[in-house]
Amino acid sequence: MPIELATAATTEVRELSYAEAIREGLAQAMEADPRVFLFGEDVGVYGGAFGVSGDLHKRFGPERVIDTPISELGLAGAAVGAALTGMRPVLEIQFSDFITLAMEQIVNQAAKIRFMFGGKASVPMVVRLPAGSGTGAAGQHSQSLEAWFAHVPGLKVVQPSTPHDAKGLLLAAIDDPNPVLIFEHKLLYKTKGHVPTAPYRVPIGQAIVRRQGRDVTIVAASIMTLRALAAAERLAQEGIEAEVIDLRSLRPIDFATIAASVAKTGRLVIVYEGVKTMGIGAEIAAMVAENEVFHALKAPIVRLGGADSPIPYNPVLEKATVPQEDDIFKAARRLAGPEQS
Amino acid sequence: MATPGLSPSVPTIAATDERPELAVLDAATLRAALMRMHLIRKFEETAEASYMRGLIHGTMHLSIGQEASAVGAILPLRPDDYILSTHRGHGHCIAKGADPALMLAEFFGKENGYCRGRGGSMHIADVEGGNLGANGIVAGGLPIAVGVGMSIKMQKQDRVCMVFFGDGATNEGAFHEALNMASIWKLPVVFVCENNKYGMSMDIAFAMAVPHVADRASAYAMPGVAVDGNDLPAVAAAARVAIDRARTGGGPSLLECKTYRWRGHSKSDRNLYRTKDEIETWRKRDPIRLLEAELTELGRFEATELAAIEKAAISEIESALEFAKASPDPDPSQLTRDVYAD
Repeated sequence: MPIELATAATTEVRELSYAEAIREGLAQAMEADPRVFLFGEDVGVYGGAFGVSGDLHKRFGPERVIDTPISELGLAGAAVGAALTGMRPVLEIQFSDFITLAMEQIVNQAAKIRFMFGGKASVPMVVRLPAGSGTGAAGQHSQSLEAWFAHVPGLKVVQPSTPHDAKGLLLAAIDDPNPVLIFEHKLLYKTKGHVPTAPYRVPIGQAIVRRQGRDVTIVAASIMTLRALAAAERLAQEGIEAEVIDLRSLRPIDFATIAASVAKTGRLVIVYEGVKTMGIGAEIAAMVAENEVFHALKAPIVRLGGADSPIPYNPVLEKATVPQEDDIFKAARRLAGPEQS
Repeated sequence: MATPGLSPSVPTIAATDERPELAVLDAATLRAALMRMHLIRKFEETAEASYMRGLIHGTMHLSIGQEASAVGAILPLRPDDYILSTHRGHGHCIAKGADPALMLAEFFGKENGYCRGRGGSMHIADVEGGNLGANGIVAGGLPIAVGVGMSIKMQKQDRVCMVFFGDGATNEGAFHEALNMASIWKLPVVFVCENNKYGMSMDIAFAMAVPHVADRASAYAMPGVAVDGNDLPAVAAAARVAIDRARTGGGPSLLECKTYRWRGHSKSDRNLYRTKDEIETWRKRDPIRLLEAELTELGRFEATELAAIEKAAISEIESALEFAKASPDPDPSQLTRDVYAD
């Protein structure tokens, strides 16, 4: 593959924002591989609705950073066609909500072509999707639809929570021979973190334990990881040690890491921004219930997910719609607090 | 064909003269085109008979009666050009050079079919042969063609992508998004609409406000040409112009082949939306017999030679059927093998 993995010995690390890390990953992929290009609505001169592509159009020109008409279905299909014939397209869907306009190409075409063709073709495309609530953009610009796509065999779905993973998962996605959807959280774009200068990949399908703990496992993804870590610090002040797992990938999902943690703590809180009902929490809870690790549980599993409601405009209501740090703190304390042991 | 300066009412070519669209096709090309039309017809008749006899399951969408549009449009393509096809795609697949034995094996769900039995009639692809697949979704191939066009252009190749779709697809948003993008970026794409008059049961006259699909090209500033889709030389001539334009950087074109499917939409069709007379009228315009009659009339082929081509096609499909029947079934333990690429 064209991109060399960074090694600890050779890699310089500095602080970048999540958006800058993605931009650096895009630039490095385009520098290393002429097959890679970025296209989407306002990704050129405008620099992307969230500023992610920034000056890439100046560095790589309008033939590799392509402004497009507002045609999400057509764009998703164009990614499929380019991927089928030797290119490595990266498509930005301006708000992840707009992927609803492109479902046909993502679900019927991209996900199934390899299988339907008996393994004789592949669709190495990447779709970047700014997602999530917290920006006051209301019901059609704030959703977390990642679970829909995690339900589709043939797709891979990732949700980076840090600048490091945003770059590493992007580069892994571009190298992957399958269609990969990256749900980037809009509230994370300005968050900062250590990012190696050289290109590197974060393996798709590997969760990471962000914090070790013996009392309760909190499985989170995307921005919920940050809230879970903050909640864990408060829990520690009360003597409860939470283990925080950042899923990073929803499909494939790293159940081994979850199971190992639950075996240790015996308590599980699953926290995610997507609507709770029929969401990823249900899947993880069911996986635990079907596994031997079920016998390690000392208490019922707790799911914290988005309310059964569209995202409202009013900021108080909006916050109340998705799990916040305090919700995670309280749920974990209820589960693992002194009165429970 | 009128000579400039003369009134169009003055015939400059006698009725027995060969028309230019036909004259440009040499004997070998015509023989190959007839062979492929016969192969399509016999392939579909065999598939239908196998279904009736319970040898294969599922459903199928037959293109019997539309052979000239598939073969004629693909005739001027190069082997390394791409096509994208439809749910009614057996004709395109054979016209592009696919092996009917591997196609029938796919119909039978066999491991050595084109898609290892995972796709069936609606998803036959021959990627090595430039066929990027039939498609079960109306207008599904149109946006994909845009990406293939982008890919060709970015890789500085001189290939062309031809995408087939029915009249029904032209009312999908995907059609309009695809034509617009192909046009603004001057992509090497040829859009071929096989207008067989019905989107399942809906008459295109009731489903579209303009009289011809080709009229819609003007909204995307590309040439839009309607031809008799049952006239192979006419289809091939119009396709050649569009293909040359695409290959030389002129951008996309929309070609409308007006044709007719003799069979119903699929196996569930009871023909409640059209008359026997209408079907009969079109059956008299059988694209294969029309071409054969013209060629014998012009003295370019002997009737015995034409019969030999048909016989060769029958024989090839007979062996294809034997191959399909004798082929191995897939192994259920391999079910998820190709969900993901490694």
